[in-house]
Amino acid sequence: MSVGELILFGIIKFIAIVFGWVMLVATVLTLMERKQSAFMQNRVGPNRAFVFGKKFPLSAFIGHLLSDALKVLVKEDFEPPRANKWLHLLGPGIAVIPAWLLWVVIPFGPGPMPGAEGDHPFLIANLNVGVLFMFAVMSLSVYGATLGAWASNSAYSLLGGLRTAAQMISYEVTLGLNLVGVFMIFGSTRLNDIIWGQGQSAWGIFLQPVGFVLFLVASIAETKRAPFDLPEAESELAAGYFTEYSSMRFAVYSLGEFIGIVAVAAVAVCCFLGGWQIPWVETPVDASGVPIYGWLTVAQIAIFLFKMVIFIWLQMQIRWTLPRFRYDQLMKLGWLYLLPLSLLNLVVTAIIMYAVR
Amino acid sequence: MATIHVKRPELTFAEKLYIPEVVKGLAVTTRQLVKNVFTRKDITTRQYPEEKRPYPDRFRGRHRLMWDDDKNVRCVACMLCSTACPANCIHIVAGDRGDDKVEKYPVSFEIDLLVCIYCGFCEEACPCDAIRMDSGKHPLPSFSRDKQRIRKVQLLEEGDFSIARRGGRGT
Ligand code: SF4
Ligand code: SF4
Repeated sequence: MSVGELILFGIIKFIAIVFGWVMLVATVLTLMERKQSAFMQNRVGPNRAFVFGKKFPLSAFIGHLLSDALKVLVKEDFEPPRANKWLHLLGPGIAVIPAWLLWVVIPFGPGPMPGAEGDHPFLIANLNVGVLFMFAVMSLSVYGATLGAWASNSAYSLLGGLRTAAQMISYEVTLGLNLVGVFMIFGSTRLNDIIWGQGQSAWGIFLQPVGFVLFLVASIAETKRAPFDLPEAESELAAGYFTEYSSMRFAVYSLGEFIGIVAVAAVAVCCFLGGWQIPWVETPVDASGVPIYGWLTVAQIAIFLFKMVIFIWLQMQIRWTLPRFRYDQLMKLGWLYLLPLSLLNLVVTAIIMYAVR
Repeated sequence: MATIHVKRPELTFAEKLYIPEVVKGLAVTTRQLVKNVFTRKDITTRQYPEEKRPYPDRFRGRHRLMWDDDKNVRCVACMLCSTACPANCIHIVAGDRGDDKVEKYPVSFEIDLLVCIYCGFCEEACPCDAIRMDSGKHPLPSFSRDKQRIRKVQLLEEGDFSIARRGGRGT
């Protein structure tokens, strides 16, 4: 393939995956979360906005999605009087673009085996740095929140932005270190290779149980949800870093957060829950190591999405179960417990790997 | 004042680890989730406008003016209610009824419901059971402030006969 074709295919895949699947999930999540939390708390949640007033199954669900979308589009777009106009405008964009870019390295379905030549049809870009690219981009999303917060010239926003910066930087360390264990075991940073490796040995959650728990904790902190939702603690900071945002800009911020949740779920599924591997089912490959695509591939993509939904559900369930930490507790947990534990996890993994070999 | 030492509960090791407790909490919320999604047993939400909950008998709702025996206004314009009203929202203009026993009647009787605090002092002050707050209804929403000033006619619409005796001693 020529370079031009590669770029064209990349863009088509990007639009198909990000706008066809990720944005859809993120939008549905905004409503699902309200429904889920309602049922957890013995309420019924949003059930009023029917599509054209007609009561067919899922009518209330779709109606609420549509009316929410309409609402954010037509609301007044307020800009605080002494805000920094350009940064205030750019903030949501800077926050949401990294969240989209994360999807470039996530394989939705089986690709060629490690070492084999061939295109990966379910991956936007087959980078050899793999997940590291993802971390590089993820740390950029701090800028969106912090710049937007600073630009809006409000004390609440500023405090929220500062907390965001501190929290995300602290927990990114743990998040990354726990994946290092997985990289060590499977000897690659490409998610595709890691998933193949998990099919041959065992899922990452069994090889790295401590790593999985620490990753889960750090990922919730990374996505700024309770019990780590200090950047947007309603009771103290109104809405934290996006207090001064309204209408579509507000919606873009919260969509960015939801996309982050889905992205973290995708990484967790790839690294710890076996990606698109179905338990006890071998992926058929031809002589050169390229999988033979067929109905099994469809099932594998479906199971990947299913695992993602389960992980997102777990994140939401935790978010609506636990109360918020105090700020000092948050920092203490991150630096004094999670970081040493993940380092210890790495050392133990290395020792065991040496001993087994 | 002496310092009071509050005894804090000692956490066991498992509780200090935090994770087992988190799992316990998740078990509770997941149980509720599954139960409510499939059986809706524990849901306590009332679908308000369709499904109203009866108010207690002594609920202080929108005011009404009671009738005398021939369905006229029972109020004698004694101004006790508007004097007692802490919000100063009852406005009465008195007129001559042409009756020796009951001298006055209200030419106009207005209550500004936006100002009223629903304290119930007016109905307590009334000597002849003319104003009551037992309609059990809310003030209705409206698009203008003026609509929230309810007048004598509206107040009388909700009225009823009263068995109480009107007037002072000797009547
Ligand atoms: S309820 Fe209280 S505030 Fe309202 S009219 Fe009566 S006395 Fe005044
Ligand atoms: S206290 Fe009763 S009788 Fe007197 S003015 Fe008020 S409503 Fe009328």
